[in-house]
Amino acid sequence: MAERRPRLPVLDVRSLPGPQTIERRQLSNGLVILARENFSSPSVVLTGSLAVGSLGETRHNAGLADLTASALMRGTSGRSFESIYETIEAIGASLSIGAGTHATSFRGKSLAEDLVVLLDLLNDVLRQPSFPPVQVDRLRAEKLTGLSIRDQDTASVAQLAFDELLYGDHPYALPSDGYRESVTGLTDAAVHAFHRRAYGPAGMLLAIVGAVPAARALDAAETVLGDWRNPEQPAPPAMPAVRGLAGSARRDTALSGKSQCDLVVGSVGPSRFDPDYLAAALGNNILGRFGMMGRLGDVVREQAGLAYSVASSITGGPGPGPWQVMAGVAPANVERSLDLIREEIRRFVRDGVTPQELADNQANFIGRLPLQMESNEGVAGALVNMERFDLGLDYYQRYPERVAGITREHVRAAASRFLEPELMAMTVAGPGAGGS
Amino acid sequence: MSDRIVRTRLRNGLEVRLKEIHSAPLISAWIWYRVGSRNERPGTTGISHLVEHMQFKGTPRFPAGLLDKAISRDGGYWNAMTWLDWTAYFETMPAGSIDLGLRLEADRMVHSLFDADEFESERTVVIAERQGNENEPTFRLAEEVQATAFRVHPYHHEVIGHMADLETVTRDDLVAHYRRYYVPGNAVLAIAGDFRSGPMLERVRQLFGTLPAGRPSETPVIPAEPEQRGEKTVVIEGPGDTPYLDIAYHVPAARSDDFFPLSVLDSALAGASSLNLFGGGISNKTSRLYRALVGGEVAAAIGGGLAATIDPYLYSIQATVRPDRTPEQALKVYDEEIARLLDHPVSGDEVAKAIKQARALFAYGSESITNQAFWLGYSEIFADYAWFETYLDRIAAITPEQVHAVATKYLAPSNRVVGIYRPTGERAHG
Repeated sequence: MAERRPRLPVLDVRSLPGPQTIERRQLSNGLVILARENFSSPSVVLTGSLAVGSLGETRHNAGLADLTASALMRGTSGRSFESIYETIEAIGASLSIGAGTHATSFRGKSLAEDLVVLLDLLNDVLRQPSFPPVQVDRLRAEKLTGLSIRDQDTASVAQLAFDELLYGDHPYALPSDGYRESVTGLTDAAVHAFHRRAYGPAGMLLAIVGAVPAARALDAAETVLGDWRNPEQPAPPAMPAVRGLAGSARRDTALSGKSQCDLVVGSVGPSRFDPDYLAAALGNNILGRFGMMGRLGDVVREQAGLAYSVASSITGGPGPGPWQVMAGVAPANVERSLDLIREEIRRFVRDGVTPQELADNQANFIGRLPLQMESNEGVAGALVNMERFDLGLDYYQRYPERVAGITREHVRAAASRFLEPELMAMTVAGPGAGGS
Repeated sequence: MSDRIVRTRLRNGLEVRLKEIHSAPLISAWIWYRVGSRNERPGTTGISHLVEHMQFKGTPRFPAGLLDKAISRDGGYWNAMTWLDWTAYFETMPAGSIDLGLRLEADRMVHSLFDADEFESERTVVIAERQGNENEPTFRLAEEVQATAFRVHPYHHEVIGHMADLETVTRDDLVAHYRRYYVPGNAVLAIAGDFRSGPMLERVRQLFGTLPAGRPSETPVIPAEPEQRGEKTVVIEGPGDTPYLDIAYHVPAARSDDFFPLSVLDSALAGASSLNLFGGGISNKTSRLYRALVGGEVAAAIGGGLAATIDPYLYSIQATVRPDRTPEQALKVYDEEIARLLDHPVSGDEVAKAIKQARALFAYGSESITNQAFWLGYSEIFADYAWFETYLDRIAAITPEQVHAVATKYLAPSNRVVGIYRPTGERAHG
């Protein structure tokens, strides 16, 4: 049956980042630098990533990549912790670095006049960190405090249990910030060794967006980072296949003294490289995001009044991250909420989406681009995205056309491929959950 | 810049502010009502926030559920928020679609349905929202500190309201609150973005100028908080193994001249914080309290906050104490650092740094159309737009002596509430 052609927003695609306005340079050491000018405000953003993450960690050293990334700014061969932060805070700038599963990401912001200060500092902390023992000890204690807080947070506890249940012995089961036991055991020597071996310019991306001429931004970045070499830098670890669940599984964790339970329901979703990714993302928008949290918001919040927040998410990273639903509900409403959520997922997979839903969400995906690209941060994120996932520099300019080409059949196929209603992981954390 | 701002007042009393910005094809429209928890009374606390929720439940022209889809379909973003002094609604849309947001706001200023079944369902949603907040030790502690700091003034209670009131407030209470405060004379409409002011003002007049002025709402007397005489301490217990400190000082309203040196003091003491609603700040690792408490290894993180309010409110410092330390140990280090500040006033360099930080944060905060429209309206609630426009100049003129004067005046123990969250050590088990 032919589908009605919906009326979709028409954008001036030339206003979006594209080959005409993006400067790109790949250096001989592997680093790729991208820049786009924006003179509407006097600031500049830099963001990017290195091809180093927590993927190779085990339960015993989980948190190593995270601790290392955080420790970079605690001292270098030429600067103390105080001097590093005096450098950036005195000019109202920011720079932060953190590790995820696949990558270590950084983001910085300053007035445009201070871009070089920021680049110099980034270069110094990435290449010459000294990991002063006093600072690493202090940082470890701060991380342990953070983990104590995390382990009392109902949403975090439900998510940790969900990742373990769904991914089993796959590395995605481990939290990149580790466990109290593993972080306690991370030595200074392990941090030094990890940095020396794994950090390097191969696979590194850097995007600079703001009130600096693009060519000058590229030159400035090349001047500081162009001579970085690490012959030892390994290829990113290969990722084992995800086995998936044999049947639905559930794990509850009791957290007394709390007022509300958090729950997570879901299964293994597509990677960003998967050809079905965009159709799945559009379907996810219909399921738990569009308007007031999509169909799930309609049923669980608007009609049943069970939750303040219920939403679905799809990860879309380099590997098969989860496609999941999260909600916070009163302890007495947990079972009813789980039933409603699972029934919505069943209906979504079985019946697909309506022509109106498809058209509305296509319009949303296209129409929100100007808002996403309004800020320097948004554009910088888009530049990194295009490079990291091999999308091509014209990706956002072709995006409206790609989105318009998605059919109901694409969405249904993606939903039934990734969401198997009878093979879901379900976790609950909060008062009364799980017993003792 | 200010010559491109249109300021006018419609005959029904609605204040209108328009600012053309042509850097992106977007428009952000905000409607601000001068009503928040400040205007509430015991028994119906949280009612302003409940009314805000019900404003999404439809009018005869825009039934519930239709609007969020309509706005999303156009790629727009909308939300609402209730705070101490105000309730605000905004839509940020592609420039060609903003009319939908304007029609919606004009319509729901007068015609919201407050359907009885919808209200009961929303009551449980807001109770769930409060329960989610209660899961956070920092919320529980801040609620107690605020209640201890304000005995008389309605800043006493949290915006979300007391659980008992959320369970008993009636639909009729809400409708009366709505009728009383949602009138043109109690609102500011602020629009910024990619439009021409002439035609935009014309459209605003068409949509909003015809709304009935309503009964001029008699201003209820909001009792002033008497001066606090002596330090107050409040201790609460809860799960986990992480203690928290929340130390709050009574400080003047945003209109006060002291607000500006206090802002510089906050930068030096706890790090520069943005007064913006959206958009991050910068780190605070060179601030005096970070060095003393985190560098001194009694806390894992600290932060400070000053809020622009109509009536005198609080300057508060929060510390996440390390689980291997006690709140008393952290408080001792904190008090020593405050004593040092009073003995050794902030230097010219510290003030210069705070000024540069303010300039950077101000530039960052002016980047998005949404933030521009936010300030256009927000500043009118507690002062006027000139407050925002002259903010940087006033900060730049602050001297170390002025900072020392406000530190001496406000950071006295007799002017503060010390809040302690003492963890009971209960852990998760599955």
